[in-house]
Amino acid sequence: MMAEGARIDHSVILDFIPAGTKVLDLGCGDGSLLVKLVRQKGVTGRGIEISEEGVRACIAKGLTVMQGDIDKGLRDYPDNSFDYVVLNQTLQAVKKPDVVLSEILRVGKKGIVGFPNFAYWKMRFYLFTYGRMPKTEFLPYEWYDTPNIHFCSILDFREYCAKNGVTIEKTVYLTADRGGRVLRGVRPNMFAENAVYLLSAGEKPR
Amino acid sequence: MPHRKDPGSVGLVQKQFYTFCEPPHEMELTSGAKLGPITLAYETYGRLNSDRSNAILILHALSGDSHAAGRYAEDDKHPGWWDNTIGPGKAFDTEKYFVICSNVVGGCQGSTGPASINPATGKEYGLSFPMITVHDMVRAQVRLVDHLGIDRLLAVTGGSMGGMQALRWAVSYPDRVIASIPIATTSKLSPQGIAFNEVGRVAIMADPNFHGGDYYGRPAPREGLALARMIGHITYLSDDSMHEKFGRKLRGKKAFGYNFNVDFEVESYLRYKGDTFVHRFDANSYLYITKAIDYFDLSLPDGSLVKTVEHVKAKFLIISFKSDWLYPPYQAREIVKALMVNGVDVTYCEIDSRYGHDAFLLDEGEMSKIITNFLANVAERNGIREAASS
Repeated sequence: MMAEGARIDHSVILDFIPAGTKVLDLGCGDGSLLVKLVRQKGVTGRGIEISEEGVRACIAKGLTVMQGDIDKGLRDYPDNSFDYVVLNQTLQAVKKPDVVLSEILRVGKKGIVGFPNFAYWKMRFYLFTYGRMPKTEFLPYEWYDTPNIHFCSILDFREYCAKNGVTIEKTVYLTADRGGRVLRGVRPNMFAENAVYLLSAGEKPR
Repeated sequence: MPHRKDPGSVGLVQKQFYTFCEPPHEMELTSGAKLGPITLAYETYGRLNSDRSNAILILHALSGDSHAAGRYAEDDKHPGWWDNTIGPGKAFDTEKYFVICSNVVGGCQGSTGPASINPATGKEYGLSFPMITVHDMVRAQVRLVDHLGIDRLLAVTGGSMGGMQALRWAVSYPDRVIASIPIATTSKLSPQGIAFNEVGRVAIMADPNFHGGDYYGRPAPREGLALARMIGHITYLSDDSMHEKFGRKLRGKKAFGYNFNVDFEVESYLRYKGDTFVHRFDANSYLYITKAIDYFDLSLPDGSLVKTVEHVKAKFLIISFKSDWLYPPYQAREIVKALMVNGVDVTYCEIDSRYGHDAFLLDEGEMSKIITNFLANVAERNGIREAASS
């Protein structure tokens, strides 16, 4: 979960998703991404959100949303029932990221996963210099009250995909400085604050 | 005409009646039995628009009736049972929508039920009244909606047994419902729920005044009915809400009485609820309606909820309440799942209320806001016009 800020990640996801497709947004929060997908791309959008507050905000935006826990809820969805399943800034907050990731690629023909890179240099610097759990503008929580329980780095995520037969079709790295921009340089694991992946199930036998 | 003392009220209202299925055109019921003539008592609030597309049908629960909003007379002590959600500017906004509520068949507030006269015998039906199902209630409502000249309802909605009817409407009359809003309800009552209903029925039938249901013109089985109502009320509350509402407070005394009179506030509340209920409700109707609730199983005939909802066309808003242990959220989630698997547009919200099953009647604003937003969206997408103001 990320504090509200510049949402360049939303623009990236909007670019990934073709108009008129069927999209499920997991952990859709107040629906700020889903409403853009519905209005700007004309997708058939569905959201799942755990908080009543988020659900009410989605309903106020005219979205179709189900209150539920994505750690429990995805097994009821048939295979390939969505064109795209989006998990943006939520991967680090689920109890079983591996289960959720494999469910995303079962329920969706493609998956879009965006998460904060825990190997971002400011995080490393914070931990190295202060010897304390990093806090940033986007991850402002204390260690004891953070909803984020499973951090990973870009390298970790790539390794997960390789081991589990997940094909990375596209990657966009983001930095948050100057309101957020796409990072085109080298060493994203050091310099990207966020990463957004377009994934498909690949060839792995299922 | 808004009520002078309360601008959010629909004001003074009138009960109306519609009679149909005159013999030999009786209605065939789920059980195979036939019933006719049938009268439904109903009320309407707001105005039907010119293309008759802004109608919302409100469906009541076990002890409800057609009097959902407003007052019959200026000095009525209480307004209709869902007055907090129906009226100008409220969730079911009578400035925008034409709101209908009818008393179910089998009921006792003006619609045909066991206390009605059986034209074949000239006597009250009593237990010779045929068994009624939730589907039968809806079949009768379909006739009323036809009579009002409405092809498609903008929405059907209700809590508890009203929610069962809202589900049945969407499943069995998919072309006549744009949106369905089942609240605090289930696709089938739990064995625990059936158990409480059965205890209530046994209490009524064990009353010495019951006489096999043939008590009209004689003292009614009031003790039994009051006891059934007291049991019912326990199931509508929650442990939390009882703590908050009564605690262990004593009623009008500072020390225990050390006898079997009322000591605690909660005892007094239940007795009051039981005693007042018997003046407005018929014991036989209580038997018939609780049985209809028990029989309700949306997954029949195949036993698969996923299959029975496959032809649904309505957009859904399903609401449950976290503290409702009579119609617990897991049952609502089962309905959500079955609809979702079929690709139905279903929104689901679990409201964090402490009031148990009663929460749907005691909305503190959250439920109303959700419904207002949902309906606005449905109306907009379907190009529903508001009734022209006079």
